[in-house]
Amino acid sequence: MTLIDNRLDSVHNDEGLDELEDEAITIIREVAAETRAPVLLFSGGKDSAVLLHLAAKAFRPGNLPFPVMHVDTGHNFDEVIEYRDRLVKEYNVRLVVASVQASIDAGRVVEETGPRASRNRLQSVTLLDAIAEHQFDAAFGGGRRDEDKARAKERILSFRDRFGQWEPRAQRPEPWNMLNAKIRTGEHLRAFPLSNWTELDIWRYIAREEVPLPSIYFSHRRTVIERNGMLLSVGGPVVLEPGDVPFEETVRYRTVGDASCTGAVRSTASTVHDVIAEVAAARITERGATRADDNFSDSAMEDRKREGYF
Amino acid sequence: MVLRIATAGSVDDGKSTLIGRLLHDTKTVFEDQLASVEKASLRYGDGSLNLALLTDGLRAEREQGITIDVAYRYFATPRRTFVVADTPGHAQYTRNMVTGASVSDVAIVLVDARNGLTEQTRRHLFVASLLGVKQVMLAVNKMDLVDFSRARYDEIVAAATQHATALPAPVTLNPLPISALLGDNVVDPSDNMPWFTGRPLLEQLETLELDDDQNIGARLSVQWVIRPYSTEHHDYRGLAGRLTGGTLAIGDRVRVLPGSQQSTVVGIERGGVAQETAEPGEAISILLADDIDVSRGDVVVSVAASKPPVVADQIVADVSWMVDKPLEVGSRWIIKHLTRTAKAFVSAIETRHDVVTASQHSTERLELNDLGRVHLNVSVPLVVDLYDDHRPGGAAILVDEATGMTCAALMIRGFEGDLG
Repeated sequence: MTLIDNRLDSVHNDEGLDELEDEAITIIREVAAETRAPVLLFSGGKDSAVLLHLAAKAFRPGNLPFPVMHVDTGHNFDEVIEYRDRLVKEYNVRLVVASVQASIDAGRVVEETGPRASRNRLQSVTLLDAIAEHQFDAAFGGGRRDEDKARAKERILSFRDRFGQWEPRAQRPEPWNMLNAKIRTGEHLRAFPLSNWTELDIWRYIAREEVPLPSIYFSHRRTVIERNGMLLSVGGPVVLEPGDVPFEETVRYRTVGDASCTGAVRSTASTVHDVIAEVAAARITERGATRADDNFSDSAMEDRKREGYF
Repeated sequence: MVLRIATAGSVDDGKSTLIGRLLHDTKTVFEDQLASVEKASLRYGDGSLNLALLTDGLRAEREQGITIDVAYRYFATPRRTFVVADTPGHAQYTRNMVTGASVSDVAIVLVDARNGLTEQTRRHLFVASLLGVKQVMLAVNKMDLVDFSRARYDEIVAAATQHATALPAPVTLNPLPISALLGDNVVDPSDNMPWFTGRPLLEQLETLELDDDQNIGARLSVQWVIRPYSTEHHDYRGLAGRLTGGTLAIGDRVRVLPGSQQSTVVGIERGGVAQETAEPGEAISILLADDIDVSRGDVVVSVAASKPPVVADQIVADVSWMVDKPLEVGSRWIIKHLTRTAKAFVSAIETRHDVVTASQHSTERLELNDLGRVHLNVSVPLVVDLYDDHRPGGAAILVDEATGMTCAALMIRGFEGDLG
C-alpha cells in the first residue's frame, strides 16, 4: 500500500480530527483568557472558515467573545464577499473590515504597478494599522506548519514587536505546548490554533462538520490565462500582457487570497469528498500550486512574515 | 495512533539529513518542495541533492548549513502518523531539546560514528530522561564513513549503555547503525551491514509500543467560564477546559481546588454538544449542580481520584534555564502552571545537574542551557502533581516580567506546605 492509498483510506474516517479540534479549542480559549482584545483574522478562505467554526464551538452556547477582521485587498472574488457576510450573520459575530484601498488612499502604501502587480504584500501594512487602530493585542490566524518551510518554524503564539516584525531567532519556547501570552505595550501576538493541521485534515474536518465554504473552492467554468504554470482569472485585477491568451477551463481554487495572485487549478472536484480525494493524491503543495507570491524566491514567505504578514 | 518524535544530535550529526531522508523515502515530499530543494542544493552545496534543505527553512539556516529553530514535520506511512520535532544541536541547544522532548513519546539521538559519544549526546540522553521520554532510538549515523565497522558500532553502544545507568530516570535504549545520507537502515535494511539483524529505523518507529497514560483521576483546570447571559441560557455557567488524568461522567462528585467546595457534575459538553462522559485530552465544558464560586485557574478534581493533586505554595522542581539572564537565589519570576499565573520567588538552588557525568554540583546561579533543581515560593497556592505522576499538573514555565520571555521549563519533583 502506498502513502496515497493510506491518505485515501484516512479520508473515510475521522481519525485524529477530535484531537486536533481539542487542541485548537484549548488554544483559542487560552489566548482569549490571557489577552485583553483579541481578534480573529478572517479571509474567507477554508482555513479561516475552520478557525471561525472552532472558535464558535469553543464558547458555545455563549457568543464569540471577540470580533472577526477581514483585511480587504479590494481585489476580491464576489463569491467570497457574499460568503463572508452570510457567515458573519450565521455565527452572530462582529465584523471589522480593514481596507487596503483605504491604506493606498491615505498614502500609507504605494500600489505596485505593472502587469504582475499584487496587493498581497500591501496587506501587511493595512493589517498592522488596523491592529493599532483597534488596539488589538492578539490576532488569531489560520496558518499551518505544513504550508511552508518558514511557517514550520513558527510557534503557536508568534510575537510581533512594535513594528509588527517576526524575529524567528527570538521565539518563545513552548514546552508542553504551554502558552505564554505576556506582551509589552505596543507589541501584539499572532495565535495559530491550526498549527498542527495539514491541508488534508482541514478538508476532512470541513466534510465532517459541514463547514460552509465559498463556491470557488469547487469546480466551475472560468476564463483564465496560464502564466508560469498558474491559472489566473481574467476579468478581475489581473492585467493581460502581450502573449496572454485567455481560455475557458474547468477549475477550482485551493486557496483564497488576493485575486491578482491566487491561481486556480484544473479540477472537476465539485463536492467536498471529491476535493479530499484530489488533495490526498496531490503531489504539489497548495502554496506551490496556487500562490505566485511564494514562487518569487526561496524565502518569500519568511520575508513577508518578518514584515508583519499573517 | 500518532507517534511524536524528538530528534537530537550535535551539529553535523545529520539530523536534518535523516528527517529529509524519512520524508523523501516515505514519499511525503511534494514535487515543488523537491524542486525547491534541488534549486537550493545548487546554490548552497556541491550540487548533489541536499535533503537537509527540506527542513532548514530559514534563510540563515540555508546559508550557514545549520538548523536554528525547532521545526515540526508531519509524515505518514500506512501503519502510523508521525510528528517530528527537529531540534537543533548548537546555541540554545538544551532549550530546544527540552521543548522538543516535552511533547514527544520517543527521542532519536544521533551519534556521529566517527566521533562517538560526545558531550552533546550525553546531554541529550540526560534531557530525555529528565523530561520523562522513556524510549530512545540511538542512531549511530555516518556508518559509511567508518567502513560500516561493527566493532566501532559496538563500542559506541557500550558507552551509551554505560551512561544510561547514571541517568536520573531509566530510559530504554534502542541502538541501530545507519547512514542517513545513503539511506542504510533508515527505511530499507542495509546491504552494507549484514551483521546488524535489527529492523530499520522507520519500521521500529512504526511498531513502537507506548505505555498508556496512568489513570489517576479526572481533573479539569478551568480556562474560561462560559456565561451566555441569554434568556435561553439564563443560569448557564459552563466551566471550560481540557480534561486530564481520567474519565469524567455525569453524576461524578467533584471537589474544586484550592478550597473545600464540592458538587456534582450535571452536564458535560464538547463543542456545544452534550455527552455523558469525557475522556482525557478532550476540550469540554462542565456544568455543576451547585452555584459555587469557580473561576479561571481553579481545578475541578474527581472526588474518587486515586492520586489527587496537592495544593501547595512551595515547590521543588527540576528546571531547564533558557535565557541569557541567569537564575539566582532571591530572583522573582512569573510562574504559569496549568491555567494559573502567579509570582514565584527562588528560595534556593539545590543543585546544578552535570549532564555529562550525570552528577550534582552546588551553585549560586543557573545559566543559559543549565539544568538544575530549585525551590520556589509561589504567591498563591497551586494545584500540583508530581511530574512523573501527571505531566500537565507537574509542568510549569517561568516568565520574565520585564521582557515577557519564557525563561524556564519546570518539572515538579516535590512540594511543601500542603494546604489541601
